[in-house]
Amino acid sequence: MTTQLGGPVTRALPAPDNDEPPERNTGLTGRIVKIVLLGLVVAIAIWAAFPLVANEAWIGLGILVATTAVLLWLYLTPRHIPAKYLAPGTVLLIAFQIFPVLYTASTAFTNYGDGHRGNKDEAVVAIESASVTQVPGSLQYALSVATTGNPATGPLVFLITDPVSKQVSAGDADGLKKIDDATVSSSGKVTAADGYTILNAGQASLRSKEITDLAVPVDGGAIRSSGLSRAYEGKAGRAYDKACDCVRDTTTGKTWTADESLGAFVAADGERLAQGWKVGVGFSNFTRVVTDRSISGPFLSTLVWNFAFALGSTGGTFILGMLVALALHSKKVRGRNVYRLLLVLPYAMPAFAMLLVWRDMFNTDFGLINNLFGLHVNWMGETGTARLAVLLVQLWLGYPYMFLVTTGALQAIPAELSEASRIDGAGAWQSFRRIVLPLLMVALTPLLISSFAFNFNNFNAIYLTTEGGPFPADNPMNGATDLLITYTYRLAFGGSGAQYGYAAAISIFIFMIVGVVSAIAFRRTRAQEEVYA
Amino acid sequence: MKRWMKQVGWRHAVGLLAVAFSLGPILFVLSAAFNPLGTLSSSQLMPTGLSFGNFQKLLTDTDFPKWFLNSVVIAGVASAVSVFLSALAAYAFSRRRFRGRRVGLLSLLLIQMFPQFLAVVAIFLIFGTITDYWPSIGFNTWWGIILLYLGGALGVSTWLMKGFFDTVPRELDESATVDGASHVEIFFRILLPLVAPVLAVTGLLAFISTINEFVLANIFLTDSGSKTLSVGLWGLVAAEQRNTNFGIFCAGTLLTAIPTVLVFQMLQRYIVEGLTAGAVKG
Repeated sequence: MTTQLGGPVTRALPAPDNDEPPERNTGLTGRIVKIVLLGLVVAIAIWAAFPLVANEAWIGLGILVATTAVLLWLYLTPRHIPAKYLAPGTVLLIAFQIFPVLYTASTAFTNYGDGHRGNKDEAVVAIESASVTQVPGSLQYALSVATTGNPATGPLVFLITDPVSKQVSAGDADGLKKIDDATVSSSGKVTAADGYTILNAGQASLRSKEITDLAVPVDGGAIRSSGLSRAYEGKAGRAYDKACDCVRDTTTGKTWTADESLGAFVAADGERLAQGWKVGVGFSNFTRVVTDRSISGPFLSTLVWNFAFALGSTGGTFILGMLVALALHSKKVRGRNVYRLLLVLPYAMPAFAMLLVWRDMFNTDFGLINNLFGLHVNWMGETGTARLAVLLVQLWLGYPYMFLVTTGALQAIPAELSEASRIDGAGAWQSFRRIVLPLLMVALTPLLISSFAFNFNNFNAIYLTTEGGPFPADNPMNGATDLLITYTYRLAFGGSGAQYGYAAAISIFIFMIVGVVSAIAFRRTRAQEEVYA
Repeated sequence: MKRWMKQVGWRHAVGLLAVAFSLGPILFVLSAAFNPLGTLSSSQLMPTGLSFGNFQKLLTDTDFPKWFLNSVVIAGVASAVSVFLSALAAYAFSRRRFRGRRVGLLSLLLIQMFPQFLAVVAIFLIFGTITDYWPSIGFNTWWGIILLYLGGALGVSTWLMKGFFDTVPRELDESATVDGASHVEIFFRILLPLVAPVLAVTGLLAFISTINEFVLANIFLTDSGSKTLSVGLWGLVAAEQRNTNFGIFCAGTLLTAIPTVLVFQMLQRYIVEGLTAGAVKG
């Protein structure tokens, strides 16, 4: 049935929908609107072009010009009518959804993450400047710590004056840069400089850790701070040697050889330097999930719970919503509109806030639920109760929607159908089971599938309530209520070092799981054929 | 009496139980918001006092009015524009036959299944560059996050609308074509008014999901003045302030519900019809 529709359907259908008929005169207003809108497109494109030209971003400029040209051509030619309607949404879709998703997917094949962010040269610079130590005879500078932005958060810069040439320079992790227009005190300390805000002692001491960590690379070493007002130019304790493609420690003579497949410098005894670079690692991020026992075990249990959660949330909300809708679907019930209004109130409350409220209602010591029922249950502390709690929260949040939808679908089912079955001797249950439910399912299956897909990745539901906990004592990465998506989020942005590559690999897994499940479900219903008809 | 119980009484019983379940947490939020002490530990299900102290603190000590304005503008503009873009696409999918139509429909569904916010690293990098080049659509701006949300304009709502467009008889457009109407006129003058219910529903759904959106807004809006309600309120009960700020937080929650309820009221007469019609198909 569907296969026929893939072909050149144009001619098979009654409406003459091929792209040929010339656009009729849409009238003056239409024409003016069109001109104004296209003018706006050109104006935006010109506005957007200036910074691209100024920054010599020629590829970006090329894309901009091409996109604008295609858009202008599309709306000036009378042909390609469907494309005219699809273009605005599609452009945004490509820029802000497809492109980021593809970019993320491509990192799944790399080791991108903390310690593997930049290229090899950047890694070498970082290793060398991190190993800088003060040696006898090091140059000393008077140091002013400054920033180009906000004193509390802006990027840090060291302002120093060369004791010999009196040249003032600004240094950050990229190196030294000469600056003019600086006021220097008699001791050689910079007191003001154009474009920089100098941190006072209080502001600087708040950021002392960052200041200690900052090393400004210079030839053969780096400039580092000693205290908040002195800096020295130290010699690198470790240096990169091109001949052996390795990093050598100048005092002990130990070497770490570059391993291009790992993106790291590795010593003969297996010791790795923390600073590495980004390399492609093929499918190892994917195979890691299956082969590494310490990952695959928890991963499997998370996957099972993830399915249980999605099915439980969808099924629970549907059953409760349908039950209430059935109960109220009778003309004999007075005040149905009042019921409806009160029942959908949870739907109008902001979900993110109500998730946080529920989190606090489950609080052990002063939560409402323990208070109300005189319990002292540590809801979020035990696997079973925590899972029960998140499912209950989902039930509360989700069933008003199911109630609304079922009510609408029930109204669309002709009452004669179940009346006729009652006359034929069917009981209430039989008439529901054989007549009403099948009809409801036809109408609601697509919504149930999309609800399943949504709940499968329901990040907020977990992150704002349990944050994935409770965690087993031996595995702080994988909690009892973790969904794959919260687990992945923790891998990518969690405290113990970002692993973007691995996180991206898991998100591709998630994508495939949800895609396959939905595809099977859609295939089992006739929904697809109906939609393509 | 027994017969009444069997026919109607149980219906009221189920309805009342459901109402109790629905309203319980809302009542709790209400009492906490008006609780003079304003802490979680002193909040009860039933109101213990009536004080506007929490509201006052919320409005004066935090940037709440700004967050509120940001949220309403961002959610309002983003949902209105995305409904329009979605309707345009649904028109093409429903009324036109063209190469790639089936693939297009399927890929819209498929893209939704990629957990989009896992692309936050990429989005962060992209908008880092945008902020350098065009600060007015970069981080901490209305336009930037609206554009980001509009990236998801085509999707499930396009499907829902297409289903609804399909229920409008094609004969209508055909006769209009015979009368000399162009495809633009058919879209704006004939179809859009007829599909108003589904526009209302997708608009409401988009508004609710945008105003609730947390992850992207959280990385995108870092200035206190540019935050949305979800990010701002979340900051109020983060970490140690959980107990002390609970009353203020609940006051904020109640005020946050106002725009949603207003939109809901405005669109109410379309809601039930539109929610299902797209799926039922006539």
